[in-house]
Amino acid sequence: MSQKIITANNLGDGLVVFLDASGGWTTEIAESRIIGTGELDEALAYAKAQHDAQIVVEPYEIDVELHPDAGIPVPLRLRERIRAAKGPTVAYGEAELAERAALPTAASASR
Amino acid sequence: MYRYDEFDHDFVQARVAQFRDQVERRVGGELTEDQFKPLRLQNGVYLQLHAYMLRIAVPYGTLNGQQMRRLAHVARRYDRGYGHFTTRQNLQFNWPKLSDIPDILSELAEVEMHAIQTSGNCIRNVTADHFAGAAADEVDDPRPYAEILRQWSSLHPEFLFLPRKFKVAVTGADRDRAAIQVHDIGLQLKRDAAGRIGFAVYVGGGQGRTPMVAKKIRDFLPEEDLLSYCEAILRVYNLSGRRDNKYKARIKILVHETGAEEITRRVEEEWERIKDGVLRLPAEEVERIRAYFALPADLAPRAADPSLAAARAADPDFDAFVARNTHPHRVPGHVSVTVSLKAIGGTPGDATADQMDAVAAIAERFGHDEIRVSHEQNLILPHVAETDLRAVYDGLVAAELATANAGFITDIIACPGLDYCALANARSIPVAQRISQRFGDIARQREIGDLKIKISGCINACGHHHVGHIGILGVEKKGEEFYQISLGGSGDENAAIGEIIGRGFSTEEIVDAVETLVDTYLAHRSRPEESFLDTYRRLGQAPFKEALYGAA
Repeated sequence: MSQKIITANNLGDGLVVFLDASGGWTTEIAESRIIGTGELDEALAYAKAQHDAQIVVEPYEIDVELHPDAGIPVPLRLRERIRAAKGPTVAYGEAELAERAALPTAASASR
Repeated sequence: MYRYDEFDHDFVQARVAQFRDQVERRVGGELTEDQFKPLRLQNGVYLQLHAYMLRIAVPYGTLNGQQMRRLAHVARRYDRGYGHFTTRQNLQFNWPKLSDIPDILSELAEVEMHAIQTSGNCIRNVTADHFAGAAADEVDDPRPYAEILRQWSSLHPEFLFLPRKFKVAVTGADRDRAAIQVHDIGLQLKRDAAGRIGFAVYVGGGQGRTPMVAKKIRDFLPEEDLLSYCEAILRVYNLSGRRDNKYKARIKILVHETGAEEITRRVEEEWERIKDGVLRLPAEEVERIRAYFALPADLAPRAADPSLAAARAADPDFDAFVARNTHPHRVPGHVSVTVSLKAIGGTPGDATADQMDAVAAIAERFGHDEIRVSHEQNLILPHVAETDLRAVYDGLVAAELATANAGFITDIIACPGLDYCALANARSIPVAQRISQRFGDIARQREIGDLKIKISGCINACGHHHVGHIGILGVEKKGEEFYQISLGGSGDENAAIGEIIGRGFSTEEIVDAVETLVDTYLAHRSRPEESFLDTYRRLGQAPFKEALYGAA
C-alpha cells in the first residue's frame, strides 16, 4: 500500500526537498517524514505555511512505497523518482563526456 | 554583428538592477511566489524539476567568441560546468541559485547579453536562419530585420501581456532553415521584380498541442513596412486572441477559428491605418543596422585550395566531416561549418564549459569571431576559409565536437524532457541517446541519408516532434513512459505536420520501432537518392504501418 510524503523546492537554490519529522526540509528522501493516517491535512497545512513563510516553493504530497529491505520511501511516479534522485537519469557535463569515452566506438556500435 | 548603443546598455543594466532588487525581496521574504513568478519569468528564470533554470537570449542565434567565453565562465562559476542550447537558439543553465542570478545577468550584460523576453506572454527572441549572412543561396541577410524586430519588440508596452507567447522567425533564402511556417509570424526575405527587398508574411503556424502550418497572408511586404505590418498583426491578435483558455490562446487558434481570409482583412485594415505613421522604416536606419551585419572586411574570395582534396583523400574521417558538416558560402573559398552538439550517445544540445571555450577560440582564430546557434541545437562557424578547414576540424576533434552527422539520423533534436523539465511527461534525452547509439556507425548513417528525428517529452513540443521526418512524442500511460510516433513532418519550405502512425511504444520498444521504420524506408526507396521524407510522401503510411504493426 502506498504512503505519502511532502515535497517542494527550496526557495533559495530551487533544489528538491522533502518535509522531515522535525518540521524541517531535507534533500534526502530517506529522511522524509512518512505522513501517518489522518495526518495529511495537518502536514499539508504546515507545508503551505512554510511556503507562505518563503522557505520552500509550492509543496505537495506524493505517493511512495517503502522499500521492502531498506524502508526508504520510493516514489510511485517516475517524475518524483527523478526528482528524488537529485538530477537527471543521464550523465551531464564533464561526466557525460567521460561516460561517452567509455562507450564502444561508433563503428562497433553498429549492429 | 550588432553592438549595443548607449540606450541598449542603459536599458539592460537598468533591468539587471531592477531584477536584483526583486530577487533580494523574494529571498528576503517580502515577495510571495505568486508575486515573484511573473517577474522571474520576464527575466528568463523558471523553476524546473531539480532547480531554477535560466534561459539566456542569443538574438537570432548570433554571438561572438567573447560572449561564448562568458557563457562558459557562467557555467563554471555559477552552474555545473555545462549548458544546453535550445531549439529557440537560446542557452539554458539548469542549476543556478536564485540569489546568484542577478550576478549572472550582470556578467552577461557586460558582454551585451540578457535573458529578457525569453519567457512569458510577450514577443520572444526572434530567430533566424543559422547560415544567415553566409549562405550561398541567400537573397539577403535576415539578421538586420531580426534585430530591427528585436528593438521594436523589446518592452513594447502594448505587447507585454499578450494572450500567450509570440514567436517570430525570419529566413533570407527560399530554402527555409528557420522553420518559419511553424511560427506565429514567419517572414521570408525576397526581392520583387524591381529588385526591392520585402517579405512574404506567414501567420498562425505553431506546434504544441494543436500543430498548424502557417498561412501566407501577404506575398510581398515592402521592407519599409515591416514594423507597421507586424504591429498590425500583433494588434489584431492582442485584441481578438482568446484569453479564456491557455490552450486556445495562440494566434494559430485565432487564425484557424476566424479564417485566414478574415484575419488578413483585419490585419490589412489596421495596417492601412498605421502604415504611414511612426513605424515606417527609414532607409538610412535600415542601412545603419545592416552595416553591423556586413561580412567581415577581411573575408575576401579565395582560390580553391588544392591541398583540401588531398587532405580529404588521406583521412576518411576528415572527408566525412567536410562532406556533411560544411555548407556553401557566398564568398568563394569559404564554407559555414556545423559544430555538432550531437555526439553519438550524447545529450542533444549540451556543451561543457571547456567545449564552449574551444568553440570560442576556434571562432576567434579561424572564423572571424562569429558563432551561431542553430534551432537544430548545433553551433555554426559561419565564415571559415577552406584553407583553414583542417585546423578547424582538428580543434573540434580535440574538443570532442567533430561528429560528422549534420542532418543525419543521429542529428536528433530533443527537448530536456522529464530529466529536467517540470512540464514533461516522459524522458526525451535517453531515447535520443539510444537511437544515436543504435545508428552510430557513420557508414550506416550515410546509407540512410537525410533523416530528421525530433523528440518531445510532452505535448508542448519543444522538441519539434510535429515537424520531424520521424517525430517521437513521450507520454505517460498508467505511470509508464510511452512513445508515440508520427511520420512525414517537415519544418522547411514544404512544411508539414507529421501524422501519427498508430499506438505508442514502450521505452524498451521505441528504438527497435525506429529501426523498423528506417529498414522499411531502405527497402522501399526508389533509388538511393530518394530521402526518407520523399519516400514517405510517395508511399504514405501503409508500408510503415504494416512493418510496425503487421498486416491489418
